[in-house]
Amino acid sequence: MQQKSSRTCERLPPAFAAGAPPPPLATARRAPKSRPMHRNPDRPLSPHLTIWKWGPHMAVSILHRVTGGGLATLGAAALVWWLLAAASGPDAYAAFAKVATSWFGILVGVGLSWAFFQHSLSGLRHLVMDMGAGFELRTNKFWANMTLVGALLLTVLLWAYILLVVAK
Amino acid sequence: MNGMETPIARVRGLGSAREGAGHWWQERATSVAAFFLYAWFLASLLRLAPRDARDVAEWLRDPLAAVPMLLLVAVTFRHLRDGLQVVIEDYVHEDGNKFVALLLLNFATVAAAAFALFAVLKMALGAPAAA
Repeated sequence: MQQKSSRTCERLPPAFAAGAPPPPLATARRAPKSRPMHRNPDRPLSPHLTIWKWGPHMAVSILHRVTGGGLATLGAAALVWWLLAAASGPDAYAAFAKVATSWFGILVGVGLSWAFFQHSLSGLRHLVMDMGAGFELRTNKFWANMTLVGALLLTVLLWAYILLVVAK
Repeated sequence: MNGMETPIARVRGLGSAREGAGHWWQERATSVAAFFLYAWFLASLLRLAPRDARDVAEWLRDPLAAVPMLLLVAVTFRHLRDGLQVVIEDYVHEDGNKFVALLLLNFATVAAAAFALFAVLKMALGAPAAA
C-alpha cells in the first residue's frame, strides 16, 4: 500500500495557514453534544479510498463483505426455501426444483457457490490475520490473490463435478 | 463534566463496557463452526443428490444428519445476523434508522431460522412418508 499524495495539509482551515495570527485558545465551540464525530465537518478526514493505490487486499476485503451480504440474504433464503419445500411435500419440492434447475436458478447457484467459496477462503485468511500473522506486504498480497484464484477454482471444480458426476 | 472534554476523556478510566469483544468473538467462533458444518453439508448434498422431497426427508430421519443440520441452521443465522449487524452499524449512522434496521434484522433472522429449524424437525421426527 502506498499513498499517492498527502492531501492533509490542504484541508487545514485558513486560520492555521502560515503568517496568520494564532487562533484564540480555549474557545469552546457550540457544537451540540449529541453530534456524532463522523458528521462534524470541522474534523479532518482520514485518508480514504481515493488516495490509496488499489491492491488485491482491498478487493478481497470488499468482496468479503459483498459475498457475505449476498449469502446472508439470497443464500439464506434459498436454504430456507429448500428446507420448507422438502418438509412440505412433493409438490412444493417440485416447485423449488423447477426454479433451481432452470437456467436462472443455475446462474444463481453458480453465483452463490462462488460467493460461498470466496467468503470461506477470505474468512480463513481473516482468522490467520486475527492471530496477527500474514501482514507482511508480500505475504498479504499473495494470500489475497490466492483467495480469488482458489474461489474460482473451487467453483469450477464443484460445477464440473455436479454436471459430470452427479447429474450424469 | 463540561463541554470542553473530548468523548475519550469522558470515558477514560471507566473500564470497558464488557460487551464489545463478545460480538467479535461470536462471529469468529460461528465462522469456524460454519466451516466444518458446511464442508459436511456440501459433501452430503453431492453424495445424496436429492431428486424429490422424500430423498431429503429420509436423509434427515437419520439423527446423524438431522442434528448437524439443526446446528448448521443455528450457526448460519447467528453468523449472518452478527455480520449484517456490522454492515448496518457501518452504513446507517442516524440513531433512529439504525435502531429500526437492527430491530428488523433481528426479527427477520429469528423468523427465518425458526422456519428452517421447524422444517428440519418436521422431517426428522415425522412419520415416514407413505409410498
